[in-house]
Amino acid sequence: MKNHKLVTLKRIVKNGFVNFGRNIWLAIAAIAMMGITLTILLFAFVANVTFNHTISDITSHIDVSVYLKDSVSDAQRDNLIKQIGALDNVESVTYVSKIEALKQYEQQNANNPDLLAAISETDNPLPSSLVIRPKDPNDLQSIKDFLDKPQVQALQSDPTSYSGDRKKAIDNITRATHFFQEAGVVGIIAFIIISMLIIFNTIRMAIFNRRDELVIMRLLGASTAYIRGPFIVETMLYGAVAAVISLVVCASLFKVAASTLQASSLGLLDIGYANHFFTSHLLEILTLQILIGILIGAASSSVATRRYLKLNR
Amino acid sequence: MILLDRVSKSYNRRGAALERVSLHVEPKEFVIIVGPSGSGKTTIFKLLTREEKPTSGKIIVGGMDYEHLKDKDVPLLRRKIGVVFQDFKLLNNKTVYENVAFALEIAGISNNEIKHTVPKVLDLVGLKGKENSYPLELSGGERQRVAIARAVVRQPKILIADEPTGNLDPKHAWDVIKVLEKVNQYGTTVLLTTHNQEIVNALKRRVVTIQDGHIVSDRAQGKYKSA
Repeated sequence: MKNHKLVTLKRIVKNGFVNFGRNIWLAIAAIAMMGITLTILLFAFVANVTFNHTISDITSHIDVSVYLKDSVSDAQRDNLIKQIGALDNVESVTYVSKIEALKQYEQQNANNPDLLAAISETDNPLPSSLVIRPKDPNDLQSIKDFLDKPQVQALQSDPTSYSGDRKKAIDNITRATHFFQEAGVVGIIAFIIISMLIIFNTIRMAIFNRRDELVIMRLLGASTAYIRGPFIVETMLYGAVAAVISLVVCASLFKVAASTLQASSLGLLDIGYANHFFTSHLLEILTLQILIGILIGAASSSVATRRYLKLNR
Repeated sequence: MILLDRVSKSYNRRGAALERVSLHVEPKEFVIIVGPSGSGKTTIFKLLTREEKPTSGKIIVGGMDYEHLKDKDVPLLRRKIGVVFQDFKLLNNKTVYENVAFALEIAGISNNEIKHTVPKVLDLVGLKGKENSYPLELSGGERQRVAIARAVVRQPKILIADEPTGNLDPKHAWDVIKVLEKVNQYGTTVLLTTHNQEIVNALKRRVVTIQDGHIVSDRAQGKYKSA
């Protein structure tokens, strides 16, 4: 009996390959569609990774500066640093003295002698400050709440940097991140559904083309698995071939884009990083793509065969 | 071997294709079912191969009670019954050999056994040397013999042949009938429907006449009665 099953399994796989060859034109149409889907999927995936990389690059530069009055003593300052450092969302606190602030100012405005002339070491209007780096840049409000307490407020010369326009800009960036991630997921799901519908239809046509043979198989007592199996094997093959094609398309796309667009960044999409990520994870991506392709193929053909073969008679 | 007990089948509410038909066929019997078109012959065959389910009544074939037959057991049932159709139902893109081997492949028989069995059966039906021909290159009688080879290659206990000579000229029809007799001699129960009066009268076998869904006569060594 075990031998029976093995023989049957071998024949199912073999028939799947034979049918693939016999329906090559139908197969090409299905593979093309699946290839497009997988290409978009892969592109969206790499774009998303790159995008996240860019966003985390940006958000890692998000910090909150607390400007201290000149009258604040060293002890008060150290105490404040300790208190801020104890907050949940704080990664680190760095102290920037008046002299360091002046140096930074001079560096930033090195090309602007007028602005440089306005400030000198003897008459330094720049306040010393604490630069707070948050763990989660999406949740700056808790830090802000602490800084707004009256006893803390009393030590500050100016409003914190997380207020007004800057607060708005930071919030916008984090909101955009979320939006792009969600839009990506929705887009990918939509394309998978479209692709499955097309495969669904391909199998329907394949069944229609072979209906005489299927009727005969049924009358001769072929089991359900023996009839359905080859169709499923066939579409799994579509998936695997489409996966390889999509990988080749994406690889050459990134390669060309990275070398011709010498600029390393297209807005938020860092082509250089994308290409680097792609080539360094090639094997994982290939495996994942083939798995997804096979899964899409198997799922849609098992639904299609269940729906159109009418095997229970 | 085959038992139909008060079997009725209606496809719609207007009328019944079969009404309380009872039929008992012994092992190794050769039974001819005759009757005009639409009398219910084909319905009996469809009930036996479980293409249709009876509206009421009991069917037992080779010890299997169809009432307790699950859908997943239907393929196993069909492998135990050889079927021959008027229109052959051969796969035209496969050779004679492949068509016969196909029935064994479906049943999960090993390739070695297939290589061993198929030539023997082709020899039995007189098609030695035609292994690599395609069905469309053969005459109707030869095609029907391929179909018989395919039906008997799994050594079924029962062979049912629905108008196997319907599309054939007399000479080829007789070739087919002779093969069926040979199969019967080897111990297979044969159920045959035919319109061919000459064949029925010459065979001198049990004849069951069916009309409007009823069995109207059942005689050993019967004759064809034209309505």
